[in-house]
Amino acid sequence: MFDLPLTKPLPALTLAFALLASASTAAELVVGMQQEPTSLDPTADATASIDSMMTQNVFESLTTVAENGEVQPNLATKWDVSEDGLTYTFHLAEGVMFHDGSALDAEDVVFSFDRAMGEESVNPSKDIFEPITSVKAVDPQTVEITLSGKDAFFLFNMGQGDSAIVASESAEANNDNPVGSGPFKFDSWTRGDRLTLVKNPDHRDAADVALDKVVFRFISDPAAATAAMMAEELDAFPGFPAPELLPQFEADPRFRVNVGSTEGEVILAMNNAKPPFDNVEVRRAVATAIDRDEIIEGAMYGQAVPIGSFYPPHGTAYVDLTDAYPHDSAKAETMFADAGAAGATMTLRVPPFPYATRSAEIIQNQLAEAGIDAKVENVEWGFWIDEVYKKKNYDMTIIAHTSPNDMGNFARGPDYFYGYDNAEMTALWERIQTEVDSAKRDELLQQGQQMLSDQSVHGFLFQMPLLGVFREGVEGYWTSSPVLYMPLKGVSVAN
Amino acid sequence: MAYFLLRRTLGFVLTLLAVSLVVFAVMNVLPGDPALTILGMDASDDALAALRKQLGLNEPLMTRYLSWVWNALWGDFGLSHSFRVPVSELIAERLPMTISLAVAGMLVTLVLALSLGITAAAQHRRPGDWGVMFLSQLGIAVPAFWLSILLVMLFAVKLRWLPPGGFAGWSDPIAAIRSLILPTVALALVQSAVLARVTRSSALEIMRQDFVRTARASGLSRRRVLWRHVLPNALVPIVTIVGMQFAALVTGTIVIENVFYLPGLGRLIFQSIANRDLPTVQALVMLFAAIVVTANFVVDLLYVVIDPRLKARA
Repeated sequence: MFDLPLTKPLPALTLAFALLASASTAAELVVGMQQEPTSLDPTADATASIDSMMTQNVFESLTTVAENGEVQPNLATKWDVSEDGLTYTFHLAEGVMFHDGSALDAEDVVFSFDRAMGEESVNPSKDIFEPITSVKAVDPQTVEITLSGKDAFFLFNMGQGDSAIVASESAEANNDNPVGSGPFKFDSWTRGDRLTLVKNPDHRDAADVALDKVVFRFISDPAAATAAMMAEELDAFPGFPAPELLPQFEADPRFRVNVGSTEGEVILAMNNAKPPFDNVEVRRAVATAIDRDEIIEGAMYGQAVPIGSFYPPHGTAYVDLTDAYPHDSAKAETMFADAGAAGATMTLRVPPFPYATRSAEIIQNQLAEAGIDAKVENVEWGFWIDEVYKKKNYDMTIIAHTSPNDMGNFARGPDYFYGYDNAEMTALWERIQTEVDSAKRDELLQQGQQMLSDQSVHGFLFQMPLLGVFREGVEGYWTSSPVLYMPLKGVSVAN
Repeated sequence: MAYFLLRRTLGFVLTLLAVSLVVFAVMNVLPGDPALTILGMDASDDALAALRKQLGLNEPLMTRYLSWVWNALWGDFGLSHSFRVPVSELIAERLPMTISLAVAGMLVTLVLALSLGITAAAQHRRPGDWGVMFLSQLGIAVPAFWLSILLVMLFAVKLRWLPPGGFAGWSDPIAAIRSLILPTVALALVQSAVLARVTRSSALEIMRQDFVRTARASGLSRRRVLWRHVLPNALVPIVTIVGMQFAALVTGTIVIENVFYLPGLGRLIFQSIANRDLPTVQALVMLFAAIVVTANFVVDLLYVVIDPRLKARA
């Protein structure tokens, strides 16, 4: 960006400043994070950056999820499932210790689940524990969990930060002094600036951990994030905030850019409970009016994969339905007229995220080409979550749904902000949720995608990419994220 | 003088009380549920209800306001909703950063603006004057965040002399000073541009007066006349602006702290508003208001010190 010949005349000064700078030690990784959490307890706060830093690094759960989305053993080295599929017996790894030196046993598992399921619990994903009827410690190494019905996502959910195993002695303080059993220990947190983790030498997999120390630095401004990377203050920015700033890293041999996938579907949500969107023909007209390629080019600088229904393209059950409503402004205009919505005005309430605000302007134009006047209202997050999400007071909005396995939102009926009420979908989700055979479940998930596309419930835009910038020499970071966490166990850095 | 102090103190307290009412009302009238903001879109109703209870959001508004004001009187600003630690602790952690930045910004502003302003006045209608006027016009026109980005690109990315941001505290003073240089310059340049202009016109005003001509005629050097006679008399309007500028510097840290990712109060207030963290926002707005009101108070007192004619009226 800058090429001023100022370095040469001032070698002495440069040297002086260089000497003042502190030298870096071996196997230390400095990671940039856009969002700073307000708490470090993944069982009490939904902020994604908590999971990203803490889950499976500091805290562990019974299972874990691999980069391809597969459930793997973790604190539970194996498990048996009863014939009726309702009772899971988990066998815990031997000799696991919390970071404060106390042993992790079946009682801690019982405590953690009771805490998450209790009346006073503020666990943001309380509903994933709903199918559980009892959690029993059979012996110190064995836990038995009984469900009220079959749950295809149970083992996956047991690998999330919400189901982290914590100790009764330290749970209350996990907020700012987290004590887990993971491969990294919490070291310090300077709010507003940085969080430091150090390697846990007593962990059962300590031999696989290459990093001695990890420092997360919180930088929310995209220009500041770019400068910090360029100045080599950071080794990695696994969730880089601005696609428009990536080309300069791609052009620079010091860095490696990765564009991976996430579980986040970005949709143009329409209020299905409210005219004119209670009419499926109007929704189909909207789908015909929008041009995904133009949206991806303009809002994401080309760095995203289009979706035609509600399912991530990297998933095993994915069907490509992006051609269901080919973009055609003239046809859309006729469709709006036929549905009696010609010349309608409506609002598009947008939360303050760059992907949403940029998409909104482009969609506004595309709707205008089809004769629809959409007013864009940029609102702040607190307003959005209260007015749009909670009170369902909106016509259209743009939002990314980042949870895995969240097609169930469409089965929640009029209670959910989509206002989509379809008994067939609700019944289908019931079957998906209880189908433990993955091939059969994929088939049902495909039916679900087809149904959502046929009904044109929303404008399906694109899958949120995972944009990462890494200094050459940083290896082992996940390139995609099927979950909210980013394991540091396999990450290494060459200094 | 005693009456003046009493009146100003009463004004100070009433202003803060009014601010507290407005802030509380605004934060509670604006749509946005703190529990929902913390727990997110997937939160179950159960969890939301439990968190609302934990945060005391179910109490009537009036009760919440009164207990907040009462506790604040004793220095207790309650628990931060999002960080879940005492707000006073959060503020204590961040205060050194923001104060360091504002004080450093003020010092640089004073040194730059006074010397440039006086130079311009002395060089009236000559190249030195034009140069200062041009630079200050530029300084006023350039937004602080853009200037910050340019400074970072040049001194941190290109030359690698200074860190692009962050502040690890005063335990390592050299590192602390290095981290503060760019943000201080970014903060001070815009303010200096304004102040240099005020200094220049105020000094020109004084230079036209008879006693300056007399001083020059009595054989005093130009430099001596400027620093000994012109500057002290030009200070009254300068002090007014400096008072307002200190307030602007403190609030200006909000932008600067976000661009340079500094852990100060400006970044905290930004984050707290987004998180609907009522107790933290309330305490911070009160603190900023108190700083602004205090700055004005000090300016009023300084008037009296600088200009003895005002003493009688006070």
